[in-house]
Amino acid sequence: MSKEREALLDPLVNNNPIGLQVLGICSALAVTTKVETALVMGAAVTAVTALSNVSVSSIRNYVPPSIRIIVQLTIIASLVIITDQVLKAFVYDVSKQLTVFVGLIITNCIVMGRAEAFAMQNPPKLSFIDGVGNALGYSLVLMIVAVLRELFGSGKLYGITILNPVNEGGWYEPNGLMLLAPAAFFLIGGFIWVVRSYKPEQVEEDFSVGALFESGHEVHLR
Amino acid sequence: MLEHYLSLATKSIFVENMALAYFLGMCSFLACSKKVETALGLGMAVIFVLTVTTPLNQFLNSHLLEEGSLAWAGLPEVNLDFLQFLTLIGTIAASVQIVEMILDRYVPNLYNALGVFLPLIAVNCAILGASLFMVERDYTLGEATMFGFGSGLGWALAIVALAAIREKLKYSDIPEPLRGLGAAFIIVGLMSLGFMAFSGIQL
Repeated sequence: MSKEREALLDPLVNNNPIGLQVLGICSALAVTTKVETALVMGAAVTAVTALSNVSVSSIRNYVPPSIRIIVQLTIIASLVIITDQVLKAFVYDVSKQLTVFVGLIITNCIVMGRAEAFAMQNPPKLSFIDGVGNALGYSLVLMIVAVLRELFGSGKLYGITILNPVNEGGWYEPNGLMLLAPAAFFLIGGFIWVVRSYKPEQVEEDFSVGALFESGHEVHLR
Repeated sequence: MLEHYLSLATKSIFVENMALAYFLGMCSFLACSKKVETALGLGMAVIFVLTVTTPLNQFLNSHLLEEGSLAWAGLPEVNLDFLQFLTLIGTIAASVQIVEMILDRYVPNLYNALGVFLPLIAVNCAILGASLFMVERDYTLGEATMFGFGSGLGWALAIVALAAIREKLKYSDIPEPLRGLGAAFIIVGLMSLGFMAFSGIQL
């Protein structure tokens, strides 16, 4: 498999940012009650991740390591501002529903994580593909969760009625739990369970990210 | 007046818990909740930083960024709204850095206890989330301080509770593929179901 193809396809299932790397979970849960918001959010994150990876990668040799975090944050924040303005201009309703979560793309760990882990070491073109791949992996989980939640929670898909709900004279009794916060956790938990049943090598001894944080902490305490 | 602040605090700690009702700060919430001790350290750091940055951002927002807020400088038509994200995150990153330096110089004990968590907090979405909610809900300076503190406390409470559950979880027999992250998600789901009991409270 060529390097580019690997960078694009690997994050979809094998190295999924949500399922394996524990990145970018915050927004994955909050915007998935409807397919429409999930779709817009996925597109926004894809644009920001891909472009921030390119920008970070192209200046990677000129940025001193001590100030790289603030440089990355500035790049990402500027890209998010542009995305936010575009969303407000073209899909105003959805952008109202996403409320603070567009702004929170800045602190979405996928964007920061890929800039730090991949774009700082790789050339711009490969970084762009890596950004798109990871963001697509993220969007994939987002879409799966959103489809399940909207279909079973309100009997609709993308606003079109599929299962005719009882209160509109149909037969389907909507499952209210699906629209509430906990359902998203259960669904993602289930998603991880399914993926890891097929790919047992993903079962972790320790969290990749968590182990990093905790080992650092212990070293510090000693 | 006091009543208003108390109800705001209760609301931000329990009813609108940052972690369990809005899913903010989830990455570190799941990653750093394997031990109660670590969770407590991170929780303290989050309370501290939220209490500092939320009022600071409120001040900047109402005196520099909002539409018409530059009237004090004689520029009532200027609207710097679009710089909001950049300013908020800049303030947060800078104040985390400053807090870190101050603690290192004057309270080395606390600094050592918080360890690597302080710099990590700059990219915790609960911090930016609190500032964004503050802007959206038009809090005053006092309200913003209370809201920041309450949200931090709620977040800390949730992560310590999760860590305690996960410490016990080590002894249970969970299906192999569900161990670790999968189980953590389901636990958080159940906890958030529990916290929903607060959502009926009208304050």
